[in-house]
Amino acid sequence: MGATVTTANSLGKTWDGGNEPLGASYGKLMMWFFIVSDALTFSGFLAAYGFSRFKFIETWPLADEVFTHFPFMHGVTAPMYYVALMTFILIFSSVTMVLAVDAGHQMKQSKVAFYMFLTIIGGLIFVGSQAWEWKNFISGEYGAIETKGGSILQFVDTKGKRLKLEDFAIALPEERVQHKASNGIWFESESDLPSFSLAEVQAGFKANPGVLVRTEIIYSAETAKNAKGLQPELNKPKHKMVLNRAESEARMADARLVVEGANLTRNEYGSKLFADFFFFITGFHGFHVFSGVIINIIIFINVLLGTYEKRRSYEMIEKVGLYWHFVDLVWVFVFTFFYLV
Amino acid sequence: MAHAHESNTGRIWKVFWFLSAVTIVEVVLGIFKPHSLYMNNFIGMNLLNWIFIILTLVKAYGIVWAFMHMEGEKSSLRRSVVWTVIFLVLYLVFILLTEAHYVFEVFKNATIKWNF
Repeated sequence: MGATVTTANSLGKTWDGGNEPLGASYGKLMMWFFIVSDALTFSGFLAAYGFSRFKFIETWPLADEVFTHFPFMHGVTAPMYYVALMTFILIFSSVTMVLAVDAGHQMKQSKVAFYMFLTIIGGLIFVGSQAWEWKNFISGEYGAIETKGGSILQFVDTKGKRLKLEDFAIALPEERVQHKASNGIWFESESDLPSFSLAEVQAGFKANPGVLVRTEIIYSAETAKNAKGLQPELNKPKHKMVLNRAESEARMADARLVVEGANLTRNEYGSKLFADFFFFITGFHGFHVFSGVIINIIIFINVLLGTYEKRRSYEMIEKVGLYWHFVDLVWVFVFTFFYLV
Repeated sequence: MAHAHESNTGRIWKVFWFLSAVTIVEVVLGIFKPHSLYMNNFIGMNLLNWIFIILTLVKAYGIVWAFMHMEGEKSSLRRSVVWTVIFLVLYLVFILLTEAHYVFEVFKNATIKWNF
C-alpha cells in the first residue's frame, strides 16, 4: 500500500523524501506523465494529417460527403449526426467516470461500482459505433473509377446528383473469377473483385449520355483557371468539380480500375492518404477506448471485491479516470479535424 | 484521503451540459455552414473552421479542468503538463503546416502533372 498510495501527512523538508513535490501521489503523477506523452503522440498523428491535407488542399475529400450514414436510416443523407451521437456517448461516459471518482471520495462502494458499470457500457457502445462507422467507410456507397494518373473519378447525373456504379453500369456477358489461394498457386490470391468490371462501367458510361464525371478537385476561382470542360451550372465554390460530357469522355478513356469502398491502398472518396489517416487515427483512438474499457473492467471487479475498501482509498478510480477523460479529450480533437474542419 | 471531500455532483452535471451545448453548436454550424462564415477567410482558413477550432479548445479546457480535476492541482503540476503540451503542439503544427503549404505550391507550379 505504501508504494502505491502516498499519504499527504509527511512533514519532512523537500529533500527528506516521502513528500509530494507536485502535490500529486506517485501513481497520479505517472499517469500525467503518460498522458502528456500520449497527447504528443496523437498530436503528431493529427499534425501529419494536417500536413497531408494542406499538401493536397485542392483535392482533399469533403467529410460531409463521406460520413453520411445513420443506423436504420438507409439512403438518407445524414452527415455528422452519427459522430455527434458518438461524441455525446463518450462525454456522457466521462461524466459517469467523474461521478465514480466523486463517490470514491466519499467511500461509497456500491455507488462507485454503479458508475463504473455505466462508464464501461458507454465505452462499449462507443467502440461498437466506431466499428459500424468503419464498416460503412470500408464498404463505400457510390463506387468510383481510378485513372492511369491515380486520381479518382466519381459520377453525377445532369442535375448534379451522385450516381452509384450500379445505376448506369451494364452487365456484360463476361466472367472473371476471383483468384484465390485454393484455385491457383497456393501463396497467391487477390482481394475481392468489384461488383462491376471496368468494361461494364465504361459500357454503361457510353450508353448513358446523362452521366458526367466529377473530379477530386474542389471548385474555386483559383482552380477554375486551369480547368477545362466544366459543366455549366453544376459547379459551385467548395464543391467538387463536375465536367461536361466531352471532357468526361476524355477522362474516362484513362480509366484503369473500379474502386469500391476503402482500403489502405485506395478508396472511392478521393485522396489515398485520406483513408490511411482515417484508419490509423480513429483506429489508434479506438484501441485506446478498448484498452480503457478493459482497464475499467479490472478496476470495476476490484471495486466489487472490496479491494479499495480494504485500502481505505479509492485513488485507483482517479487514476483510471484520468486515462478515460484523456481518451474523451482526444476524441474531441479527432471529431473536429476529421468531421468538422 | 486525509481531508474530507464534499460532493461535486452539481458542478459535474453543469460541465456536462456545457460540453453538450458546445457540441450541438458545432454540429449545427457544420450542417448549415453559414455562408458568411464559410466563405470568408482569416489567415488562410475560413471563419467557420476557426470557430470549430476555438470551440474544440474550449471543450478541451472543460474536460481537463473539470473532469481531470486540473483546477485542483498545484500550479507547478498544471504548468508542467499544460505549457509543455501547448508549446510542443504549436511548434509541431506550425512547422508541418508551413512545410505542407510549401509542398503544395511546388506541386502546383511544377511542370509535371501529378493528379490527372
